[in-house]
Amino acid sequence: MALLEVQDLHTSFFTDAGEVRAVNGISFQLDRGKVLGIVGESGSGKSVTAYSIMQILASTGKIVSGSIKLDGQELVGAGEKVMKTVRGNRVSIIFQDPMTSLNPTYTVGHQLMEAITLHTNRNRREARERAVEMLRLVNINEPEKRMKQYPYEFSGGMRQRIMIAMALACEPDILIADEPTTALDVTIQAQILELMKSLQQELGMAIIMITHDLGVVAQMCDEVIVMYAGSICEQGTADEIFYSPKHEYTKGLMRSIPSADTAGKKLQPITGTPIDLLNMPDGCPFAPRCEGAMKICTVSRCPRMEINADHASACWMNVKSGIENGTIKIEDVTIQEGGEA
Amino acid sequence: MAENMDRPLIEVKDLKQYFNINTGVFKTRPLKAVDGVSFDIKKGETLGLVGESGCGKTTVGRSILHLYEPTSGEVWYNGTKVEGKAAIKNFRTKATMVFQDPYSSLNPRMTVADIIGEPLDVHRMCSNKKEREERILELMDHVGLNSEHASRYAHEFSGGQRQRIGIARALAVNPDFIVCDEPVSALDVSIQAQVINMFDELQDKLGLTYLFIAHDLLVVRHISDRIAVMYLGHIVELADAAEIYERPLHPYSKSLMSAVPVPDPKIARANKRIVLTGDIPSPLNAPSGCAFRTRCPYATDACAQAVPEFKEASTGHFVACHRVGEIN
Repeated sequence: MALLEVQDLHTSFFTDAGEVRAVNGISFQLDRGKVLGIVGESGSGKSVTAYSIMQILASTGKIVSGSIKLDGQELVGAGEKVMKTVRGNRVSIIFQDPMTSLNPTYTVGHQLMEAITLHTNRNRREARERAVEMLRLVNINEPEKRMKQYPYEFSGGMRQRIMIAMALACEPDILIADEPTTALDVTIQAQILELMKSLQQELGMAIIMITHDLGVVAQMCDEVIVMYAGSICEQGTADEIFYSPKHEYTKGLMRSIPSADTAGKKLQPITGTPIDLLNMPDGCPFAPRCEGAMKICTVSRCPRMEINADHASACWMNVKSGIENGTIKIEDVTIQEGGEA
Repeated sequence: MAENMDRPLIEVKDLKQYFNINTGVFKTRPLKAVDGVSFDIKKGETLGLVGESGCGKTTVGRSILHLYEPTSGEVWYNGTKVEGKAAIKNFRTKATMVFQDPYSSLNPRMTVADIIGEPLDVHRMCSNKKEREERILELMDHVGLNSEHASRYAHEFSGGQRQRIGIARALAVNPDFIVCDEPVSALDVSIQAQVINMFDELQDKLGLTYLFIAHDLLVVRHISDRIAVMYLGHIVELADAAEIYERPLHPYSKSLMSAVPVPDPKIARANKRIVLTGDIPSPLNAPSGCAFRTRCPYATDACAQAVPEFKEASTGHFVACHRVGEIN
């Protein structure tokens, strides 16, 4: 059984302007000890997916339907009491901005110990020992002295290490990292990614890595989910996604990244701008920006299709090429207007 | 004026920019944000300036335009020294800037037409209303905005479009030289590529020269002809873009280049990253001698004694490291 199983999750924000469908029917699984990357642009729903798992959505946000199972236990509708035993203990999260995620008025030691005493039945002395041990684990020198210092006395990279120490203090099964290195410099980013990778191998936890940086994904992840406008375009192993992308959005994303080969040449950007989540089209959400968009793309959303055991995609182009080379029979494809095939 | 085509458009000579920081009552100490940098940029060239936050790269850009009055050092434009109020004002019609954050660098109470038109008004570049309007529409066309956008406000636009407005404003006075301060780092990948292409096209069309400041090394490599690497107020290495990526000589550049996350899983897994220990020291307490020595894997006692000289290691490849001969 998978450690985490998300089935047809829909999360919406109910704003004055109307319902914003931030996450629009996504499903995935995460096994123990794996690193799953969720990539997408701003507004693609990758962070909302994470917040839905933790159930820490803003007050206007709500899980509308779907199921999130942790080790077989249903979390949607389980209530705050159950979620309190999940958050921090079994699933932890670290946020993008280490500058604002720590409380500036308490010492780092106090904040670490708070997390430990809240989630385990250690007493204060044991919690202090555990906190020092965690700081040492994330390579902070002189942890005893550092415990007494306030967040402003640490640099950005060190604060992110403290966030990681705090998240791992109760040995969670899953660590969700929401853009953990976006606010950091390249050399500090390399330090943090290296640290996360070695801790993951040491402690055997699973990581959900949320990022917009395909470079970070390539370095860290076993499996990848590509999101656009609240839906999953494509999911599969890192090698499958990077070397044989099967969705027009993923392909466009890969083409638009500058590299050694593009120096002196034109980049191939994706035209247009991301769609307005308040006015979602009936068909594929990427169709308005897709160069290969066909008639069907604007009226109907392509269902998830298995490319092979390690790879699934939701793009009508695959159906088209399948029909052309005879692997899919046209009679098997039925389309409902505005719905799924 | 330009009798020699190879003459640099912009020359920066031993530029220093210190800020006085209050460290107590009546006590100040200089923060050496930029501590003696020299480089030149040829006409039509793009010089990339990379480095981590706090290394002084933005300050270099601003000091060149005299947005800060440099503590010492000289800026030469087209063979003349930029000095004195009138010369600075004139220089600013030739050299402009595109800012990092398209959200805070546009006045929310001004329409797009007024934002783009403001430099024209300041420098009295249009004799009548009609000319001004035509020029604004021409600029909007350059950056791919529609004429109906002219009467809208900045908040009605997406990040990529706002950056286009900022670029149109920078182009308004018909400059030769633009300082681009992290112009694409706030944008999504797919939008970033659109804006980078636009910088390319404008350079070809208008013959622009860029100083392109960024921390994203993949972007800088794509757009730059030459690249300068900064660390703690100093330029530590300067070379052709391909050269500095393939054969970095300075230990800091080496680790910087190896730390770039490559969007290719097989390369990323095989890549041996040189992970630096520690953080950048505060420029208020910069190390003696070579600024990089506290994080450098090759540092010796000699590195603490003297500031390394910035010298040419091979043709066009400059580096400031005491041990450059031994470690390469």
